[in-house]
Amino acid sequence: MEMGVLKDRDKKTLTKVFGELTGQVKLVMFTQEVECEYCQLTREMVEEIAALSDKLSVEVHDFVQDASKAKEFGVDIIPAVVVMGDRDYGIRFYGIPAGYEFNTLIETILDVSRGEHGLPQSVVDELAKVDQPVHLQVMITPT
Amino acid sequence: MASEYISSDMVEVSEFPHLAVKYNVQGVPATIVNEKHSLVGAQPEMDVVRMALKAIGK
Repeated sequence: MEMGVLKDRDKKTLTKVFGELTGQVKLVMFTQEVECEYCQLTREMVEEIAALSDKLSVEVHDFVQDASKAKEFGVDIIPAVVVMGDRDYGIRFYGIPAGYEFNTLIETILDVSRGEHGLPQSVVDELAKVDQPVHLQVMITPT
Repeated sequence: MASEYISSDMVEVSEFPHLAVKYNVQGVPATIVNEKHSLVGAQPEMDVVRMALKAIGK
């Protein structure tokens, strides 16, 4: 019998993919005591993902009780997942990363772990001109 | 990751409809830059960087 959010088949695939992880990645998840449906699913999902590799860990915070922590991470809506590597790269997922966004989450975990963004040099050069905070919010819907 | 100044959120907007209203999101994906400028559709990386530069007046 399969339990949880991830299917056994997905877990098998992910375990293989996570063989490429190098550095530690911490998933900092914000939910609340009385969990919204997607909060619960998202928490279960990140816990199941993190259980697949010793390079991954999860830290679950209560959005209400740990309000100062939420503020520290700039989290103002839940469910929220911060993907942290050796430092906080400013990457946040709000809402359940399902459908195509699930792949985005996994790729983000791999990139953060390896400390590689995979951008071409021309883009990196242009990015070097950014010298003030820029906040990007990519609005998506589950597919 | 490539810039310490850039933070990036993925927002599942159907769970947060107030944000779709706030930013007048008509279609997805839509990228909102510094709460004002928006880019609709999947964009090449360079276009996103140029939008970021525009948002800070460069």
